[in-house]
Amino acid sequence: MKLSDLATRAGEWLRGDGPLSEIVISSRIRLARNVAGHNFLSRCTRAQRNTVEHKTRAAILAAGDLVAKNLFYVDLADAPEIDRQLLVERHLISKPHAQAEGSRGVAVGEDESVSIMVNEEDHLRLQVLRSGLQLEEAWELINKIDDTLERTLDFAFNPRFGYLTACPTNVGTGIRVSVMLHLPALKLTGDIERVFRAAKDMRLAVRGLYGEGTEATGDFYQISNQTTLGKVEEDIIQDFKHVVIPKIIDYEHHARRTLLSERTAVLDDKVFRAVGLLRSARLLTSEEVLSALSHLRLGMNLGRIKDIQVRTINEILLLTQPAHLQKMLAKKVEGDARRSARADFVRQKLGSA
Amino acid sequence: MKCENCNNSQATVHLTEIKAGKKIEKHLCEACASQIEGIGAAVKGHQPINELLTNFVMAHSGLAKEQVANCEDCGMSWAEFRQSGLLGCANDYKVFERELAPLIQRAHEGATHHIGKVPSRGQPVGVPARRRTVDMDRLRKDLARAVEAEDYERAAKIRDQIRLADQE
Repeated sequence: MKLSDLATRAGEWLRGDGPLSEIVISSRIRLARNVAGHNFLSRCTRAQRNTVEHKTRAAILAAGDLVAKNLFYVDLADAPEIDRQLLVERHLISKPHAQAEGSRGVAVGEDESVSIMVNEEDHLRLQVLRSGLQLEEAWELINKIDDTLERTLDFAFNPRFGYLTACPTNVGTGIRVSVMLHLPALKLTGDIERVFRAAKDMRLAVRGLYGEGTEATGDFYQISNQTTLGKVEEDIIQDFKHVVIPKIIDYEHHARRTLLSERTAVLDDKVFRAVGLLRSARLLTSEEVLSALSHLRLGMNLGRIKDIQVRTINEILLLTQPAHLQKMLAKKVEGDARRSARADFVRQKLGSA
Repeated sequence: MKCENCNNSQATVHLTEIKAGKKIEKHLCEACASQIEGIGAAVKGHQPINELLTNFVMAHSGLAKEQVANCEDCGMSWAEFRQSGLLGCANDYKVFERELAPLIQRAHEGATHHIGKVPSRGQPVGVPARRRTVDMDRLRKDLARAVEAEDYERAAKIRDQIRLADQE
């Protein structure tokens, strides 16, 4: 298994199925862990950083299939920028991890539902991604991986504060539960602000497609917990599954019904403009594609378009991003050449007008 | 507003005098105000109050210089942590426990203790670790409730239970 094998296909989380997949794109859980007896990364010398990387990499690779099937490790200190960017676009590493310096890496399972970042903000950041709303399944898997790694690695833990993390905002369980939602109708009706307010009241963070500091392009919103201490992991997950997410889904369903029954022309105009743009344009930016795909997805979910598959939408979404596009073309392209290649790819996938 | 006396500097001292039932207002600059008998000392005197306030705020935000020693393991100082927001090693949680506790509590909806997953290694054999921590948390909550209800007899009993559990 190599990194370049990934560039031409969509990962697990974009399969487009799973419970409530018409609104819930993916469920993600990550755990922050540090190895006892080693400084946290901000206090590591270059040599200490290398030691932590060697030790954790060895533990992960030794566990092998117990962590994920056909696991492979990417040494990010050596990886070219385009490969690091590719991993960000696939949600396998964070932006800061791609841009950082010094020894660091990521272990990825073949189907990309498991990834483990080494030497990000903490020594280890375990991540499990699933399609649709599958938080319990994700927790079961990540909990097992954590247990497996714990057999060979001694994690920094203290009875009062739990798992110790570099940033005290992650201390305790070290858990971050994130659900990626597609909320185009709430955006169109302007009621999205209500979701933000409700989320804030529930001490939840709302972020864009690529996490911290990114905008909500394509009407994708990531909702995640901020409190990691004083709660049991299962309770945080149950809260998401039974309270937080159903509430937001209800809002979005309501907005979709309103659009469909009272503002059909507005809805159809958005949907068919998007189809027209994607099937006709000769130059396309990433933002244009994301925004048009959002309306296309909405139109498909509401039965306004019948000849396009969700799988196709997800493939376009992923493969038209800058690093993927350049990997596919096997060369560095910028500006109009890149926008042209993107438009060509979209027309090839959707068929020309 | 200009000083009523010299009509030159900015008026920063505002006096209200009541003489024979009449209210007289004066707006003066610091220099002119200090010339008035009985006022000068008060004007100069406000400096220590500012300092007092600053010291108070510093002490309560954990910025006071003298109190916390650096971590002997990683060399991290409290001031450095306040700048970067990142701790240097596991031992920092012990060294800065007193200073960290209120910050952590604020960041986690008032929580003070971990009640979630516990590593299976290094835990006492035969005691289900999670249940033990959850129970401790429940005891602490009960204690807080008893104190709030001023039921000190009950509070003392719970306190003893916590002590006992801590020794285990």
